Amino acid sequence: MSLKAALAADHPVATFVRRVLFYTLLTLVAAFFALPLLWLVFTPFDSNPGLAVKLPDFTLDNFRLLQHNPYALSSLKNSVLIAGGAMVMTVVFGALAAYALSRVRIPGRDALLYSLLLLSSIVTGTAAMVPIFLLMFQLNLIDSRTGVSLVLAGGLLPAAIFILKDFMDSTPRSYEESARVFGASPLQVLRHVVLPIARPGLATVAVWAMVNAWGDFLIAFILLRDPEKSPAGVVMYTFYNEGGQANLHLISAFSLLYAFPVVAMYLFVSRRYGFRFYGGIKS
Amino acid sequence: MASIEMRGLTKAYPGGVTAVDELDLTIADGEFFALLGPSGCGKTTLLRTIAGLERATSGSLHLGGVDVTTAAPGKRDVAMVFQDYALFPHMNVTDNIAYPLRIQKVALGERRAKALETAEGLGLAELMDRRPGQLSGGQQQRVALARAIAYRPQVFLFDEPLSNLDARLRLEARTFLKRLQGELGVTTVFVTHDQAEALAMADRMAVMESGRIRQVGTPSDIFHRPANVFVANFIGSTPMNLLPARVAGTAAGLHLMLGDVRLPVPAMAAGLLHEDDEVLLGSRPEYTDLSVDQRPDSLPGRVAVVENLGAAALVSVEIEDLMVQAVVPEGDEPRVGEPAWLTPQNARALVYRRADGILVANPQQQPAAAERTEPVKA
Repeated sequence: MSLKAALAADHPVATFVRRVLFYTLLTLVAAFFALPLLWLVFTPFDSNPGLAVKLPDFTLDNFRLLQHNPYALSSLKNSVLIAGGAMVMTVVFGALAAYALSRVRIPGRDALLYSLLLLSSIVTGTAAMVPIFLLMFQLNLIDSRTGVSLVLAGGLLPAAIFILKDFMDSTPRSYEESARVFGASPLQVLRHVVLPIARPGLATVAVWAMVNAWGDFLIAFILLRDPEKSPAGVVMYTFYNEGGQANLHLISAFSLLYAFPVVAMYLFVSRRYGFRFYGGIKS
Repeated sequence: MASIEMRGLTKAYPGGVTAVDELDLTIADGEFFALLGPSGCGKTTLLRTIAGLERATSGSLHLGGVDVTTAAPGKRDVAMVFQDYALFPHMNVTDNIAYPLRIQKVALGERRAKALETAEGLGLAELMDRRPGQLSGGQQQRVALARAIAYRPQVFLFDEPLSNLDARLRLEARTFLKRLQGELGVTTVFVTHDQAEALAMADRMAVMESGRIRQVGTPSDIFHRPANVFVANFIGSTPMNLLPARVAGTAAGLHLMLGDVRLPVPAMAAGLLHEDDEVLLGSRPEYTDLSVDQRPDSLPGRVAVVENLGAAALVSVEIEDLMVQAVVPEGDEPRVGEPAWLTPQNARALVYRRADGILVANPQQQPAAAERTEPVKA
């Protein structure tokens, strides 16, 4: 067999070599993304944590250290309050607005939705920080967890309405009309018929809102003053030692605790309802 | 139980479409009434206006003598079965049937018992724990009916009750619905675009076109004496032959001239026509006799198509540039290409004014009794 023949594109040897190269590349890419996760899993249990991924020299000291930090555990509670508040507001207001927008024909409805979505994805966060700060200052909501929840919910609502409206649109009107003919009030229609049918959508939006609010740093960092009220994302930023270096003992252990609730919730909801996105945009 | 009275009922949409146009109609207590018409004729809008899901623009609507023109849907004591049945997908059969009782705040135990009782009457007792998604189309329809019955309304409204069933089930459901309505004796209005359904089930029916009623009557009335060309065309499993003709006078009296062919004036229009009137002669294929031998008072043509209908055949005969159809019993079918002579049965033929398509008939004159004259043997 000549070398030339072996190099021909369809030759078994050439195919084999290409496969090997392809999977090697895939493995490298996968490793690149897996390394931070491995770090997150291994480092908290390492007695001498560093930035490299290595099998840990097993210890639980890092968690004990965390217990003694004055803000670490209370910040997780703050995160639950802030993210939970943002989630509840997003789901409740989002569901009501989506239902109304799905059922009532008003001129310019779609344009309104699209522009809200566009503005919210571009403007919230960094670019709008100064006006948001001033607004919250006027409203006397600086250094208030409610304020942070409100701002987060405001940023999440347009997308939540957009997603939920799609769910509501896919619920036939005849369900509601049928209930109305039997004498159900609008609120009963919503409670008995619309919400149960839109439940997978509500669950999806709830998790999505929770995860987004849970991961927020900037808004809480700017709007809160008191470290007692700071959520986990902000408190983690304060974990450095006297020399100004990152305290990897605390950060690694705290990161794991910080990631755990969101992952658990995601798994729970995914198992219970399944994530269902029906299409994206309907004509 | 209640009668339904509509006076000048109008539903106009903001876009300028008038779906229901100044309708006057009275449906008697206990009647099984069909609203029939092509799609877009306003029949579903009318049904939804009766239910209260659409608000009438003007006119009045009385149910059982009570003015409900502006009442909310839940205050009218009507139950509606939707075309897609609108069973709640997240509730099982029991909860679906008991839903109207839940709204009426009946206690849980009692409403479960009532749901079961209603379901038993419809042969659904085995299915009480299933979700609508686990039921066949026919079962879903019966659950929807059970839910309507559990509400004990004054009036049932059915929107295309049979259109989601397959052909065989549709026949069964037709019989079932007619018997059920007879047993319950509740005034029932149903909407359909299928004239066979309306003819088969209804006590009386209205044929609608673009928001107006073109004819109201018993199925037999409407089948035998369509009041205008629209109804004549719409009713019947095969469309009626409508042949342009002119009234001509001779010494022996008036005749219809179809081209060069002379036909006698149908019995129903006798004495109502004048010389030179332009008319349409209407004759259903079922009431048109076909002969392969020349006969007097008949239209000569050539057989173009023979369609087998099972126990009969539909024969299309080309007469000059017109296609005229006749139903021929099985075994008597002519061959394609043969000459044939068509004779409209004089007692059942109808005459319409060509100008406005209105039936020319003596109001008292009834069509010939239902006995069918023996078709001419080939």
